[in-house]
Amino acid sequence: MLEIRWHSRAGQGAVTGAKGLADVISTTGKHVQAFAFYGSAKRGASMTAYNRVDDEVIMNHEKYMKPDYVFVIDPALAITTDVTINHKDTTKYIVTTHLSTQDLIKAQPKFVGKEVYTVDCIQIALDTIGRPIPNTPMLGAFMKISGMYDIEFFKENMNRVLAKLPQKIIDANMVAIQRAYDEVK
Amino acid sequence: MAFDKMELRDIEVWDGNHAAAQALRQCQVDVICAYPITPSTPIVEGYAQFKADNYIEGEYVLVESEHAAMSGCIGASAAGGRVATATSSQGLALMVETLYQAAGMRLPIILNIVNRALAAPLNVNGDHSDMYLCRDSGWIQFDAFSPQEAYDLNMIAFRVSEDHDVRIPSIINQDGFLTSHTAQGVHTITDDVVYNFVGTFKPMNDMLDFEHPVTHGVQTEEDWHFEHKARQHNDMMTVVPDKIENAFSDFEKLTGRKYNKVECYDMDGADIAIVCMGTSVETVREVVSEMRKDGLKVGVVGLRVVRPFPFAEIGDTLKDIKAVAALDRSAPGGAAGMLFNEISGSLFNTDSKMLLSGFIYGLGGRDLTKANIRDLYKELQANVDAGKVLTKQQQFIGVRGPKLAYL
Repeated sequence: MLEIRWHSRAGQGAVTGAKGLADVISTTGKHVQAFAFYGSAKRGASMTAYNRVDDEVIMNHEKYMKPDYVFVIDPALAITTDVTINHKDTTKYIVTTHLSTQDLIKAQPKFVGKEVYTVDCIQIALDTIGRPIPNTPMLGAFMKISGMYDIEFFKENMNRVLAKLPQKIIDANMVAIQRAYDEVK
Repeated sequence: MAFDKMELRDIEVWDGNHAAAQALRQCQVDVICAYPITPSTPIVEGYAQFKADNYIEGEYVLVESEHAAMSGCIGASAAGGRVATATSSQGLALMVETLYQAAGMRLPIILNIVNRALAAPLNVNGDHSDMYLCRDSGWIQFDAFSPQEAYDLNMIAFRVSEDHDVRIPSIINQDGFLTSHTAQGVHTITDDVVYNFVGTFKPMNDMLDFEHPVTHGVQTEEDWHFEHKARQHNDMMTVVPDKIENAFSDFEKLTGRKYNKVECYDMDGADIAIVCMGTSVETVREVVSEMRKDGLKVGVVGLRVVRPFPFAEIGDTLKDIKAVAALDRSAPGGAAGMLFNEISGSLFNTDSKMLLSGFIYGLGGRDLTKANIRDLYKELQANVDAGKVLTKQQQFIGVRGPKLAYL
């Protein structure tokens, strides 16, 4: 079982990102689950979304999770909330920030001794899509860190997931995914 | 007017809301009257999108309240159409008056309820308060534990409700957020196969049949009211169970997916069992399969059909089990939980020596963890070892503060 927790603000696309990732993984025959908790939260409120991936049908519906990966797609949440809650020794963190990994760890002591990667998905999204929607670039970074799929295979499938959007936006998302894949460290 | 068919992949990653919306599209509903409410909004929103994209031939009526939504459904159903809608929680509460009308008028409407807590305090998350609110309304009630089941049970419900021997409306329950907003793989059925399964709608006593004028929504006082209600109950008790069984069986032939009024998992040779509904059934299943690997004789029972309550099947399933926990996800308001009461009724006046304890859990979306479930089985085993229920008969799981126990 692979488990992922997303930390986001409502409106940044964590739910869409989690569902998109689940959709792509599902095409390879694995079983998936993507869900979120946001209650009646308003745009901008802190929220979490989740992915589970397994070879068997996923029966577990508990909200409690010890994630293998934590995605932080809003820079401030890495500082103002505890994104390391319920962690394992092996939990990996991919954080959207303009800071270097080193400076981020200095700013958030809870990251000391943990496997932390950084990438500026907000800036990448602004440069490419034109809006600060950091969800798809985060998935590009995840492909690099996890080595889950070849990036071309992933982009091909994300093209299908995003098919309802205008072609210009889809193309911009593909550039954003590739940039995050190349820039995460 | 021509409409388009939709190409689906064999497995689509859908949440429970989208699965229900797709099923309604494929069943070719004539009229949907909708007033959206969290967490069921995406069902009617998704349906409206299908309508806008020319995937639907029927009418989509936006109304001013849930009371009006069901009232519109009643009118359209009496007129002679295939009719459905969706709601949750407060919306359902406002709809309740018309629910009783729909059932009493024998109108085969399909209602998707995405289960959510009832205020106050206001809460949009999942529990079964709204399901319990309308449990005596005279509707058939199915319960889905996953998006796949929300999809499948919609088709099954149309088959059962619209049968001319039944003509009783159906509710399909699914857990708010835990099913409605959780995307999972759903095995799809093609548009044509779904439509063939539910069949073309055949009206009965329809008001638009001007050759045969009928009256709907009549008044009956002491002289006839009781007979109408008794006859309807009689059909629920004697006709509907077999019709549900037949629909389950035909659906299995079509898809290989087998549904039962009472779903049993790892119940062969089980000493202790949990009975519950919704997504909890699946989480408990996962714990049970882990505990079975350690040689523990544990099982789980999920209630697929809430009304008509499968009295005989529950009694038969549980009669030889040594200890059972009944899990109710609704505040009981000064009584034992519904499942506790129904299970007691199923086994009273029998030789069963089962030890039954009731638990209230998960109100307002409070998590039911695997650790909670393991503790529960430990408690049941302790009861078996002692030969009696060691605790009070009603306890609460996962609530903060001092331990609560009653009865």
